[in-house]
Amino acid sequence: MTVQNISLWEVFIRSRNGLAHKHVGSLHAADAALALRAARDIYTRRGEGLSIWVVPSNAIIASDPADKEMLFEPAMSKIYRHPTFYDVPDEVGHM
Amino acid sequence: MATAICIQNSALFMYVLGRADDALILGHRLSEWCGHAPMMEEDMALANMGLDLIGQARELYTYAAEVEGAGNDEDKFAYLRDVQHYRNVLLVERPNGDFAQTMMRQFFYSAFADCYWRAMMSSTDPTLAAIAAKSEKESAYHLRHSSEWIIRLGDGTDESHRRAQSALNDLWPFTGELFQANPEDDALFAGRIAVDPRGLLQPWTENVTAILRSARLTLPQSQWMQKGGRSGQHSEHLGHLLSELQSLQRTYPNATW
Repeated sequence: MTVQNISLWEVFIRSRNGLAHKHVGSLHAADAALALRAARDIYTRRGEGLSIWVVPSNAIIASDPADKEMLFEPAMSKIYRHPTFYDVPDEVGHM
Repeated sequence: MATAICIQNSALFMYVLGRADDALILGHRLSEWCGHAPMMEEDMALANMGLDLIGQARELYTYAAEVEGAGNDEDKFAYLRDVQHYRNVLLVERPNGDFAQTMMRQFFYSAFADCYWRAMMSSTDPTLAAIAAKSEKESAYHLRHSSEWIIRLGDGTDESHRRAQSALNDLWPFTGELFQANPEDDALFAGRIAVDPRGLLQPWTENVTAILRSARLTLPQSQWMQKGGRSGQHSEHLGHLLSELQSLQRTYPNATW
């Protein structure tokens, strides 16, 4: 397939008020307006969304998978960062 | 081989049937793109629009059956009528052609449907008003989608401009029929059951010419318009379309799966 002048876009959908936009996938489109239309047609066919963001894929700065040990492993040994050492009183209810 | 059904004649019945036929035939034309569109994203968009239109057709056929009261239903209207009993405008049976032809046809029809359904939301017939309220949102989207493509095709490359201009020249003579009113519809207009399409010509022309101007496309000089679909005189294309659409029910009557 010829995809000259057709760039890649990442799609984010907010499914309900109060929730954050969530990445759902990507698509090809010639410009921002068409990317938004295509996102509507591909990712909201079953009533998934209230709001759509499209972002040019090349605007995303990604971490390097080769750095994953340096970036993420130091956190693994620091279980005290998880808020699991407190007794939550029953009256507090759902947190 | 299942035999064709004949249809009785009442103004409201024929009117609703005609609108249902517009939606079914255009929806079927869009479905022909399924798996063949220039890109996957557009394949989905065309199928979505086709499904919107077929949904509108189903509601309108169901209401037509209720008005007719002869025991017919949506399937019988769709699958067991011969060409001359279809009442759709000629525009919607035009072949898909290239992508520009399909989008131009969609643009002309959606620009009409958008103002038509909005006006029909105040129909004194509650069923038609309810169908209009649902269809209006769908048509508004179809109009936006097709308008954006018309602008990009017309104001795109030399090749896309040439194809869009050629689609405009070919399809323009089929737009007049959208605004044609039958004398037997006068009572429906007077009772505000239906909207007189002649009143929609001016807003349609303004909307359409504004988009065509942004697309750097020029209207053909000739204002001669085709007609015939509303009285059952169709082009040779509709027969071929129906032979595919109806083949299963005609070959295996009442087949279900």
